[in-house]
Amino acid sequence: MRYDVIIVGAGVVGCAVARELSRYRLDVLLMDKECEAGFGTSKANSGIIHAGHHGDPATLKGRLEWEGNQAWDRLADELGFGFERIGELTVAFDDDDRRTLSELEAQGRDKGVTGLERWDAERVRREEPALSEEIVEALFAPTAGVVNPYEACFTLAENAHANGVVTSFEDPVISIDRIDDGFRVHGRNGTVDGRFVVNAAGLFADEIAAMVGLDGPTIRARKGEEYLLDKRLQGYVKRLIFPSPTPTSKGVLIIPTYDGTLMVGPTAHWALKDDLTTTAEGAAEVFEKVRRLAPGISERDCIAEFAGLRAVAEGEDFVVGATAVPGFVQAAGIQSPGLTAAPALAEMVVEALKDEGLALQADPEFDPRLAPPVRFATASAEEQAALVASDPGYGRIVCRCEIVTEGEVVDAIERGARTLDGLKFRTRAGMGRCQGGFCTWRCMELLSSEADMPVPAVTKRGGGSWVVLPREEAGRGH
Amino acid sequence: MSENAATETRHYLCTGCPLGCRLEVEALDDEIVEVRGFSCKRGKTFAYQEFTDPRRSVSTTVSVDGGRWARLPVKTAEPIPKPKVQALCDALHEIRLRAPVKMGDVVMQDALGTGIDVVATRDMPVGDASVVGA
Amino acid sequence: MVTDRFEQLAPAYDVIVVGGGPAGMAAALGARETGAERVLIVDREGEAGGILHQCIHAGFGLHWFGEELTGPEYAQRFFEQVVEHEIDILTDAYVLDAEGDLGVRVMSERYGMRTVAGSAVVLAMGARERTRGAIRIPGQRPAGVMTAGFAQKLVNQAGYMPGKRVAILGSGDIGLIMARRLVLEGAEVVGVYELMAHANGSNRNIVQCLHDFDIPLHLSTTVSRIHGHERVDKVTVAPVGEGYTVLEDQGSDVVCDTVLLSIGLIPENELSRELRLRLDPATGGPVVSGSMETSRDGVFACGNVVHVHDIVDHVSEEAILAGRSAGAYATGQAPKPDNVRLVPGENVRYCVPHTISTEREHVVHMRVTRPFEACTLRLGDVHARPLRYAFPGEMVTVKVRPRILKEFHGDTLKIDVVPREEGMSA
Repeated sequence: MRYDVIIVGAGVVGCAVARELSRYRLDVLLMDKECEAGFGTSKANSGIIHAGHHGDPATLKGRLEWEGNQAWDRLADELGFGFERIGELTVAFDDDDRRTLSELEAQGRDKGVTGLERWDAERVRREEPALSEEIVEALFAPTAGVVNPYEACFTLAENAHANGVVTSFEDPVISIDRIDDGFRVHGRNGTVDGRFVVNAAGLFADEIAAMVGLDGPTIRARKGEEYLLDKRLQGYVKRLIFPSPTPTSKGVLIIPTYDGTLMVGPTAHWALKDDLTTTAEGAAEVFEKVRRLAPGISERDCIAEFAGLRAVAEGEDFVVGATAVPGFVQAAGIQSPGLTAAPALAEMVVEALKDEGLALQADPEFDPRLAPPVRFATASAEEQAALVASDPGYGRIVCRCEIVTEGEVVDAIERGARTLDGLKFRTRAGMGRCQGGFCTWRCMELLSSEADMPVPAVTKRGGGSWVVLPREEAGRGH
Repeated sequence: MSENAATETRHYLCTGCPLGCRLEVEALDDEIVEVRGFSCKRGKTFAYQEFTDPRRSVSTTVSVDGGRWARLPVKTAEPIPKPKVQALCDALHEIRLRAPVKMGDVVMQDALGTGIDVVATRDMPVGDASVVGA
Repeated sequence: MVTDRFEQLAPAYDVIVVGGGPAGMAAALGARETGAERVLIVDREGEAGGILHQCIHAGFGLHWFGEELTGPEYAQRFFEQVVEHEIDILTDAYVLDAEGDLGVRVMSERYGMRTVAGSAVVLAMGARERTRGAIRIPGQRPAGVMTAGFAQKLVNQAGYMPGKRVAILGSGDIGLIMARRLVLEGAEVVGVYELMAHANGSNRNIVQCLHDFDIPLHLSTTVSRIHGHERVDKVTVAPVGEGYTVLEDQGSDVVCDTVLLSIGLIPENELSRELRLRLDPATGGPVVSGSMETSRDGVFACGNVVHVHDIVDHVSEEAILAGRSAGAYATGQAPKPDNVRLVPGENVRYCVPHTISTEREHVVHMRVTRPFEACTLRLGDVHARPLRYAFPGEMVTVKVRPRILKEFHGDTLKIDVVPREEGMSA
């Protein structure tokens, strides 16, 4: 099979590129080694659409932060995922911090970021009573928002697919040959040819680049641990809370995620590319730093934890554009604010492909809109009644902690979920305080009946992540 | 103690109450000589029983087709000799019933020659266990 | 076991019971006893019986029925009574929230979204298990880490095995029972690891689940790390020192493919929070009066949702009382007020109910904070009772009769458990 463009990596950038390319009459393949879009670094992201003033405009990541930020309202509207500009406070505890706030503010204004405001201690106390009394001042940025990064990936990929992009999951790239007029990509699921390749392979972008003979940039992994708190803390703080940044890190934050669950983190330490462990030291660091911001938060509120790995290129900036290999375009080293910048990054990649010779002919059939999935939990009482009346499946509870119905799980399976994590990240089933104790069995039954797989074939997230064994296999050889 | 005697001391944790007395049974040629460590009558009885004829109630499940669930819980009507427990579970593994089943139905008569039946511990109505059990 | 026996979901009931496990079923029966004509049980599972259906082992009913039954048998006995007393049971249904003055909004496949009004409500939602996040075990998040109760449902009802080589964290009864279950089903249990210096489960379970199968119990030990990318491939177990600090460098790796967590239960009180009931942080459940009424008129609670029980028979006793109170309330007889507050004193973690009346008889449940052999239970300074033992894992029950409190004239009664002095007779 011959494609115009093969995108290696279905993280937020790969998916955004796929969706951009689906506007044109092109044969595009989006491939990824995981079982779902976004299941690499993107799903472990903090989910923050940064306000625009954080990044140094001397860097690409700093320049694209504000440009990317402005694209999210439209993206969310078209694709139907949740996005809310909840605003952000960067807080100061002393004069050094105050100076940092001033620098940030000036940097933001230079870039054109709107709405930046300094709040005095009294206003901070009034607006966010849970924050520490030792805060002397804060920089308020109304443009900051939150999104579920995996929802963005799913919907970008789904819309791209609806507009003709072919997707292939659990399909890692094994090797790439350079051929006449393009590339021969050998994946686990087969070999495909493409005139152009977009390398959006995250942590492994350097390995993909090496396959075509490119030397660098090296990608290192910087791990961040995050901790999710019980939903009864919803509303404890209303905005994203940042400490004053240091030269190396935005710090440990309080993040009211889109669905209301509070999240604290991340840490930032070098790690191996396969190290997704959470640690006792990481937990201690996060809770100690968060308590400085909001003294009332404690480890006892924690319901779950996870880690993500940032892909960091040497030079600490995005590496985007054409390379020494004709037809091979990269978007590598996408660390923070990679999610925020994704729409802008996708446009940059498409521009680079165009410069490399890809003809872009608009497809009149392109439909930018994707119907949002049913979200029973946040529907109004009338909407809920109407849903149940239309389909009794919406009347059967699957996840009681997050109020997810059988109808929504079946919808998610129809939209492509084939694993427990695929269901979890599409519907939220399993994300609540009981962490799947009630819903997991129901989800397995539904995957079995709706996706036609025997129960032992259901995995947590593809590959070898089996969940149960049939009795014969587990026993002493019955 | 004579030189030809074979004395052994066996230790048991009493299950009569949370005090968990550590019981000792001293036996000579399989005859109980002395029981020590109990602090009540129940403990002494327990020690004797555990030494001479330890018994266990067995609860497990058997396969059932066409019922609300894929497994039907069953139990031995009375405790059976402890050495037969695993063999009983293995034997019950071979059984495959069909719903409906009523609580108390005999699933295996005279299990492994013990004279004790294995019975269903619930009704299992016909239903849609959407996945047939393993 | 037939469910959905009725044809019509009524718009209003005298008493609505949220949860159809052992607590809910007994409460519904209690409500009928005191005159409630229309009683509804709502349960999210496909049948009433709650957690009992997966508790296939014996140990239930010795007090209530005078015979030792398995969980499913206990459930069925109650279910038959519920049917006999013409109590409506709506299954595959979930109470979303409370509405107005004692209505509940119920979603169900069969009836869609309905608001059902009740003159009284009994909360009987039970408890959920503590999960990995509660104790933050370091490591990755592979498949194969689950609570013991979830594994129990998989094995006993669905008919699947959670894995082949299992490590169990926590020596509570659920973990011990599952250790035995898994071995009988052919898996290998590599060990039970317990943070405390003593086992949490009953001695009966230690003997019949661990000793019988030569499964090692490691005390003062915890799982300090979970390994495996996609599926568990081993755990690191390590001793704990002073203050339960994990001595990781003294840890060792144990190959396994499954980790079961048996680390405690949490009363499930989301609906209670919605109803803005006063909760007791020591129990995790609502503050209740001697008639099991919560801080809100007409709302009663019973069973694991109030405090975690050890013995289902006690749940039934408590629930019958809550149901009787709810039934009386619904038919116009408000419970008589309590006049004494019970306060947990020395070595007592909590007591339920939280208030009692000097005019009536009560069964008071409490838990001690540490194990005691011969000890004395003190009610204020008006009554002392010798106890042969008191353990945190076995709820202490004491019947408080009016004559015991004859000389008590205060409004707060402290309950202590203290070591028995030398020389005091048992």
